[in-house]
Amino acid sequence: MAVKVIIPTPLRAYAGKQESVEVQAATVGEALSALTARFDELKKHLFADDGRLRSFVNVYVNDEDIRYLQKDQTSVKAGDTISIVPSIAGGTGN
Amino acid sequence: MATRTGIPGGTAAGNAAVTLSKEEVLRYSRHLIMPEVGMEGQLKIKQAKVLCIGTGGLGAPLGLYLAAAGVGRIGLVDFDTVDFTNLQRQVLFGTSDVGRPKITAAADRLRNLNPEIRIDTFETHLTSENAFELFKDYDIIVDGTDNFPTRYLVNDASVLMGKPNVYGSIFRFEGQITVFGFPGGPCYRCLYPEPPPPGLVPSCAEGGVLGVLPGIVGTIQAAETLKLIIGKGEPLVGRLLLLDALAMKFRELKLRKNPDCPVCGEHRTVTKLIDYAEFCGIRGEEAPNTVTNIPEITPRDLKSRLDRGDDLYILDVREPHEYQICNIHGHLIPLGELSRRVHELDSSREIVAHCRSGKRSAEAVQFLQKAGFRKIWNLKGGILAWSDEVDPSVPKY
Repeated sequence: MAVKVIIPTPLRAYAGKQESVEVQAATVGEALSALTARFDELKKHLFADDGRLRSFVNVYVNDEDIRYLQKDQTSVKAGDTISIVPSIAGGTGN
Repeated sequence: MATRTGIPGGTAAGNAAVTLSKEEVLRYSRHLIMPEVGMEGQLKIKQAKVLCIGTGGLGAPLGLYLAAAGVGRIGLVDFDTVDFTNLQRQVLFGTSDVGRPKITAAADRLRNLNPEIRIDTFETHLTSENAFELFKDYDIIVDGTDNFPTRYLVNDASVLMGKPNVYGSIFRFEGQITVFGFPGGPCYRCLYPEPPPPGLVPSCAEGGVLGVLPGIVGTIQAAETLKLIIGKGEPLVGRLLLLDALAMKFRELKLRKNPDCPVCGEHRTVTKLIDYAEFCGIRGEEAPNTVTNIPEITPRDLKSRLDRGDDLYILDVREPHEYQICNIHGHLIPLGELSRRVHELDSSREIVAHCRSGKRSAEAVQFLQKAGFRKIWNLKGGILAWSDEVDPSVPKY
């Protein structure tokens, strides 16, 4: 199933400068695997060495945090939007 | 529209003795004739006490709108001085303020805007030692800081003191806004239990920021602060508002209170303020060099070696748009492309890597050392130091 993954600004440099990427997947885990298979450099920004999603990166299916769904097993259907939302700290631009 | 019972700390209770003067009635008339604010709301605003952490990009519009709205007491915490690079977005300041402490310039501007209110200034870093003392006199904390340690500190101190924390953060053209620490609502650690390790997320100094973006985000923070004060509307609690100013799209994500949150969860492990620099994995606030034991060359030494005619390969690891601002004729390979373009480099030659300030190029040197390069140095202080020490005609940015 084709789902859209929205790439946040800080990570676009590692995803071919694209704002969003369409992948074929049935779960969030599959979608992120498909994404990092296409953009190898994204992997270390999304996943820790143990393969788990980094704690400063949240993933949403539509408007729901996957931590409160079935995490990477959360199923996705055609037309769903997956958002990657990392923490950003900027405030003054200094 | 739902009516909330107001914020903890109790400005919502009102005080019969507080009234508006004739001048204040005139000044706030566009609030007073609006039923959602009215006299009742304006008196709450007059009695409200708001602490703004940071008077930079977010703090500027925030301070201006809170002062204009008549927030009775506004505290400003900042330690910085105004510089030329601030003026592109920090609209509290003018060119004549360059070199002045930000809180002094900010207080002057806000007092001129509204002499009816009290402005408290704290020229200091917010620390684990002074946070409780600074927060205690205020009802609402507004986070306009620019680094992870201070954001976690603001969050933990707000939660431990039961004060709402109006949060905004920005990167390039993207913003995040929400209200943390509202009774029953989530906190920053519910959203992000831990900060990123240093170096993995680019800072604003590397990433840049669209000047108007903090204006939009800071103004939304001001709106949420005023709504909390008057207790009207739906506060931005349990919702993370995302703004992409390039696409000009707002999105809203659900933000849940994490039952396992170490600060506000059922079995909390954080009950006092900690060492936030250590928590965020850095020693200093903006550790200039997170990579250690990197061979360095000073700009002066590089210049004299080049003047001698030594065969040095200058590797510029900045981005192409930075190269356009200024360059010292280096070969451009952005840090993000280095791993797949490493074959373009000749490890038998002496290489000097540089970036803007020396941080990214330190990472490049470390990477190349691991890749087997031995004759490689980092230009200490980057092109900024080159401009200071060798060639002042190179513009600084």
